[in-house]
Amino acid sequence: MLEKALSGSRAYWSWIFALLLIISGGVACWFWQFNEGLTITGLSRDVVWGFYIAQFTFLVGVAASAVMVVLPYYLHDYKAFGKMTILGEFLAIPAVIMCMAFIFVDMGMPNRILNMIFHPSPRSMMFWDGIALGGYLVLNIIISHWTLSSERREEPPPKWLKPIILLSIPWAVSIHTVTAFLYSGLAGRPFWMTAVLAPRFLASAFAAGPAILLLLAFFVRRISTFDPGKQAIDTLAKIVTYAMTVNVFFVLMELFTALYSDIPEHVLHFQFLFMGLEGENTLAPWMWVSSILAIVALIVLINPKTRGNYGWLKFGCVAVVVSLWIDKGLGMVIAGFVPNPLGKVVHYWPTAPELMISLAIYAIGALILTGLYKIALEVRGQLKAN
Amino acid sequence: MKSSRRRFLKFAGLSAVGVAGSTAVATRTRASEEHEPPVTEGKRLALVIDLRKFSKDDALLAKITAACHDAHNVPDFVDDPKNEVKWIWTEDFETAFHEQEFHYIREDLKGKATLLLCNHCDNPPCTRVCPTQATWKRASDGVVMMDWHRCIGCRYCVVACPYGSRSFNWKDPRKAPNLATINNTYPTRMRGVVEKCTFCDERLARGQQPACVEACDNGELVFGDLNDPGSEVRQLLSERLSIRRKPGLGTQPEVYYIVEDPRTLQETAPAAEVFEGEGGHA
Repeated sequence: MLEKALSGSRAYWSWIFALLLIISGGVACWFWQFNEGLTITGLSRDVVWGFYIAQFTFLVGVAASAVMVVLPYYLHDYKAFGKMTILGEFLAIPAVIMCMAFIFVDMGMPNRILNMIFHPSPRSMMFWDGIALGGYLVLNIIISHWTLSSERREEPPPKWLKPIILLSIPWAVSIHTVTAFLYSGLAGRPFWMTAVLAPRFLASAFAAGPAILLLLAFFVRRISTFDPGKQAIDTLAKIVTYAMTVNVFFVLMELFTALYSDIPEHVLHFQFLFMGLEGENTLAPWMWVSSILAIVALIVLINPKTRGNYGWLKFGCVAVVVSLWIDKGLGMVIAGFVPNPLGKVVHYWPTAPELMISLAIYAIGALILTGLYKIALEVRGQLKAN
Repeated sequence: MKSSRRRFLKFAGLSAVGVAGSTAVATRTRASEEHEPPVTEGKRLALVIDLRKFSKDDALLAKITAACHDAHNVPDFVDDPKNEVKWIWTEDFETAFHEQEFHYIREDLKGKATLLLCNHCDNPPCTRVCPTQATWKRASDGVVMMDWHRCIGCRYCVVACPYGSRSFNWKDPRKAPNLATINNTYPTRMRGVVEKCTFCDERLARGQQPACVEACDNGELVFGDLNDPGSEVRQLLSERLSIRRKPGLGTQPEVYYIVEDPRTLQETAPAAEVFEGEGGHA
């Protein structure tokens, strides 16, 4: 089936080459980073994780969100998601690969990565995260490969696939739960030490992921005869709405607990995020944009009239994605380090090579996604002549 | 090769109970409701920093720091806080204990340079999170060790340490100006690994005191075994008032700071009486 990704229109190939160009720029920056060390990033003794790990965290959510189409389709036999499911699974695969790439580029000694296998450490949440992500990637490759190739042969999917699909549902929940555990079990980092972190990660994932999926479905519908169906779009829009509402609710829970208890080590991180501390307010404008977009998205999505209008729905989805990307892909990780364990306010902002490497990883994801979606559409014979 | 495969197989059998097991261990060490920590087998090495014996900006502090950093080839990228690597350093007393929010404190403690280093916690969060067991608490004496040849540079331990005691090599430490001449008896590191104080495990193996302790002439730093009731550290802790950094986190730091009034150095009376006598002192 892979050969179907290797032929296409002029626009297809221009897109592929643009992505390859970005990737080669990022690879060059990565070699620079490999030789010089992570000193070429904005990271420091005080802010030891930054943009890379934040992108990893955001993308774990995107990967997990496939479950929002898989679960209704396979567990509740919700037929309307029939066409959408493969798009969801094909979004999860590049998302997991991007997660792994972000971990890889963040390592000081990437050549020793196999030490995680040679010296497995079940006490470390990173060990479990590795298992969760690796397993999820394998599950999704198996499931999407066999469902699509059966569809191509116009056969029902093999019977043995069903339990694997059912396993992928709790597995999807586990990848983001364990990712939250990376943060929420650390006594020395009060900002992350909240039991609502994992639920909040899941809620934001189930909002941002399906929102991305909806936007992709709209795009695919424009360039092909593929139509996920009105019912599927409307249901997915409702899923985004509920998940976003729950996410905002969880954020308010966190704010209440921190601000009402008024414990300095909890309040200070939020203060840094939204107001800045001692003049260090790099994140504040971003967080306000994120908050406003979240409110706007909720208004647009909760109102059935705007949600039912696809122009507004697209806008609402973009607002959800941008809002949650800022929250998770920028604010959540960095704010955990400011103030530092000695109570000092420290500065972090990603550097140009750091952003270039990150952009290249997103380009790798886009490349894989493009190939996979191309295969899916070709198999269904839905691609327009041009 | 053979042993590592056996380890892997053993691990495969144990992994299922991994998390449950580690929780159980954690519960056991915390189960003791006594004021005395449970006596573990072997030694429990600890450092007592007698703040009474340091003047405010004691030249001795620089000597101690240099003794450690020279002995261990710790890179010094001059005036570059972003790439800084440090094993032992000083902060204001109020910063070192910032979570205690000291107000109106005794004059001699105000802004007093206080030594900070790895606390060699009895319940270290850094070793728990390491995905390769490149850092671990040594069973024989409680020293929190580091293997720079195994560390993959994920920096999870740096994130987990509540004391900021760990440094990552953002750039090649061998290019630091001060490492033009190195101590040939101690390894240098590569860029991309985490390092920290190891209570001078290389000196302990030779029966010596840690370099910081040896740099002192007057008992400013006292090092010893807390499991030995006759040790000097045990005596000091039982006679003097000491504090530890962030004890509420349950990490059980093994670096203690004696915070009594320096005038108690002249007195021979036990600590309790001194406190009654000095009760109203601000």
